[in-house]
Amino acid sequence: MKSAVIVFPGSNCDRDLAVGLERASGIPAQMVWHKEASLPEGLDVVAIPGGFSFGDYLRCGAIAARMPIMQAVVDFANKGGHVIGVCNGFQVLIESGLLPGALMRNAGLKFVCKDVELVTATANSPFTNTLEKGQRLTVPVAHHDGNYIADGDLLFKLQSEDRIAFRYAGNPNGSIDDIAGILSENRRVLGMMPHPERLNDPALGGNDGSRVFESLVHSLMVAG
Amino acid sequence: MKARVDITLKNGVLDPQGKAIQHALGSLGFDGVEGVRQGKVIELDLAETDPAKAEATLKDMCEKLLANTVIEDYRIEVLG
Repeated sequence: MKSAVIVFPGSNCDRDLAVGLERASGIPAQMVWHKEASLPEGLDVVAIPGGFSFGDYLRCGAIAARMPIMQAVVDFANKGGHVIGVCNGFQVLIESGLLPGALMRNAGLKFVCKDVELVTATANSPFTNTLEKGQRLTVPVAHHDGNYIADGDLLFKLQSEDRIAFRYAGNPNGSIDDIAGILSENRRVLGMMPHPERLNDPALGGNDGSRVFESLVHSLMVAG
Repeated sequence: MKARVDITLKNGVLDPQGKAIQHALGSLGFDGVEGVRQGKVIELDLAETDPAKAEATLKDMCEKLLANTVIEDYRIEVLG
């Protein structure tokens, strides 16, 4: 599995994401600076990290989504490439139009930074296929704007197309239907607010996050 | 030519910050505040001198970057 991590000014956990991808696949992830206009050849997965790209100016993820590299990421996704966006990366994917809905200020108005329990809402995706529906994972959240909103039609569409990847067991931010992560129509783009790359080593208190990366490797092996 | 863009959340989109302001006003004794919506103002200084062209460009800017039209409305004012 060949992967790349996009790096914006203000990204964080980009290195952790690269470690997560490398541990699962055995192949180091390539770091790609946001000013590049194209992605390296032959990639299977592009990962957009968390953080505070461009200082969260204007709207979280808004400026990053308009950087040259994002057009290449959109093209990659439209050709069927796998893309994962974590936290600010989820915000960037929404701002770039790859995922629907919006992420607003947390309902409690506070920055929430803690481990949360996630419930796997579908095993039918390249990011969750080694999990079972209903299976619980402990993964940290750290965000101020993770309150996912969708209008009635969109929510119905996400539910009926089985595109909710993860739900919170205890909703930390007011997200509609406890949504923590959603999939694109072709199921190959995942955006999630929790950080799987941050709980990916027993020395750090757990490795539930590794399941997302292992699922990706598994799904690409089966496909490839 | 100066211009101003007001960006506000669409009606029906919950505005937690507006709600917090409303509560704070209530606790300061300002009674009868029935709703508060928080938005942002962007002031621009444009080289364009034709107001119609400036407005068209501003609309394009709003659609492409300044507003998230999924949740936000925008209002353009060309100040001349």
